[in-house]
Amino acid sequence: MSRYTYKDYLLALGLLLCLGSAMAESTLLNVSYDVSRELYKDINPAFVAQWKAKSGETLTINQSHGGSSKQAGAVIGGLEADVITMNQSPDIDILVERGGLVAPDWRKRLPHDASPYTTTSVFLVRKGNPKAIKDWSDLTRPGLAVIVPNPKTSGNGRYTYLAAWGYALQKVGAGGTTAEAAAKDFVSKLFANVPVLDGGGRGATTTFTQRGIGDVLVTFENEAVLIGKEVGEDKFDIVYPSLSIDAAAPVAVVDKVVDKRGTRKQAQAYLEFLFSPEGQEIIARHYFRPRDAAVLKKHASRFPAIKTFSVESALGGWKAVQQTHFADGGIYDQIIVKK
Amino acid sequence: MIALPFPFKRRFHVLPGFNLALGYTIAYLSLIVLLPLSAVLFKTLTLSFGQFWDIISAPRVVASFKLSFGASLIAAAINVVFGLMLAWCLVRYRFPGKKLIDALVDLPFALPTAVAGIALTALYAPNGWIGSLFAPGGAFGALFGEQGLKIAFTPLGVLIALVFIGLPFVVRTVQPILEDLETELEEAAASLGAQRWQTFRLVLLPILTPALLTGFALAFARAVGEYGSVIFIAGNMPMVSEIAPLMIITKLEQYDYVGATAIALAMLILSFVLLLAINALQGWQAAQRTRKPGGKS
Repeated sequence: MSRYTYKDYLLALGLLLCLGSAMAESTLLNVSYDVSRELYKDINPAFVAQWKAKSGETLTINQSHGGSSKQAGAVIGGLEADVITMNQSPDIDILVERGGLVAPDWRKRLPHDASPYTTTSVFLVRKGNPKAIKDWSDLTRPGLAVIVPNPKTSGNGRYTYLAAWGYALQKVGAGGTTAEAAAKDFVSKLFANVPVLDGGGRGATTTFTQRGIGDVLVTFENEAVLIGKEVGEDKFDIVYPSLSIDAAAPVAVVDKVVDKRGTRKQAQAYLEFLFSPEGQEIIARHYFRPRDAAVLKKHASRFPAIKTFSVESALGGWKAVQQTHFADGGIYDQIIVKK
Repeated sequence: MIALPFPFKRRFHVLPGFNLALGYTIAYLSLIVLLPLSAVLFKTLTLSFGQFWDIISAPRVVASFKLSFGASLIAAAINVVFGLMLAWCLVRYRFPGKKLIDALVDLPFALPTAVAGIALTALYAPNGWIGSLFAPGGAFGALFGEQGLKIAFTPLGVLIALVFIGLPFVVRTVQPILEDLETELEEAAASLGAQRWQTFRLVLLPILTPALLTGFALAFARAVGEYGSVIFIAGNMPMVSEIAPLMIITKLEQYDYVGATAIALAMLILSFVLLLAINALQGWQAAQRTRKPGGKS
């Protein structure tokens, strides 16, 4: 039998309750996508220290990471996220649509359309670039194997697809139906070269680096740099195409949750910290392109200049893109089933 | 005392109260099994039948059904043959390390499925230990033509993953039956002049068939729903190596919850029909046995 009496249990319970209520005043939950784990591990202590100095309150920031759409789904389902930090805006827009968790004007409440950093799609090729891959048009060459995560299940894959599409549009020139047909032809040739469609960016990385499959991996710049660091810089080269996509990572306060928990002040300050020079510096250290011009200049050697276009400027916004490209029966389905 | 109609005549039971037990059974089943499943049904009911049919008859979805159910049936059949062999070995022979092998059988149960998937992919990828043997230039590659045999990232890879996760089900259902089986039965058959094959087919197999069918059904059911271990090795090419659970995940990623449940419901119905058929087969086989006691030898 247990040596503890019910009094001990009551005491323990009481302590737990005290602890719980003390913590309830000063915790934030940041629900985020998969590969931002390392970034926020550095951001959080820096912000906690700054907040302590400013307000005297000790803050605890909890993180939750996973595939971005699953994470957004969890928040819709009732996970009490104070802030949500994603890698594509549809995953925040869905919180506006379902249950009105986030106010519709979330893009306007923080600088740079509420995205503290961007990254872009680049190519990772095997050392010495044996297949001489320079630009998107090289990826459509017959016989080449291109590794891309599944655009249906991965933001990374979606950006890759859109980058290729935007490149093709720009190459053909003016818009209209002929340009669209040419772009469709271009991406279907590119995806005909894809031998494996991994569920997410990290899966594609493993396929390319560990399984030795493919001549080129198309992935985010920060991921490509990290691969070099982790797997060995003598094995891979990064190739910057002539044009790529601006993959802005949006952030938002989840209004319904912060109003209920009384954490709006802290949540807002947390997100604003990402835009501060200190936050931007941490971001740049993780190979995401910072918005702050001074910080970007300081790390210029890390971020070669590259011409980019955004989904909003060149492709009519995410809503239109989802409708025409990624919805069931959309252009992506057409090119992939035809194959 | 209440007079019960004929089938419910009071008899002595170890556990008290038929009514209580039945009530508990139904309540428990409803809570654990029926409630979540009916949620799937109700979510799907927001669609018209036409919409539902459009979703589940899309070529990619149909291709994924064929792969998931086809590969699961084949994997379960393979497991029945080799699971029986393994169980036989573990029950009938004594050899060093037997306890260890017995424990190893359960490993596919215990291993997180993603770990299994990554390990299998690493093994069977063209640059893996086994995969490289079958790649062009490998020891067996030439047997399969110029391209060699691709295992990972093809339906074959899916099959291997499903065989892996299904094995314990057959072994663990057959093992206890074999343990109860008296060797005297086989000795009697032999003394009556039966050949080895005759003994196996006419004496052992009829006794083992119900357990084998149960093992088959369990391994099949597990394989149809399997996601974690398959997704890494499948390669996920549309129309070729996409499994049905991936189609559900794909719909969820697009926040198309209703579409996802539509596919789930279709899978549920298909699985239920197949499991029902296996059950019926079991019943039919039991009836056959009682009609012809002892077989025809």
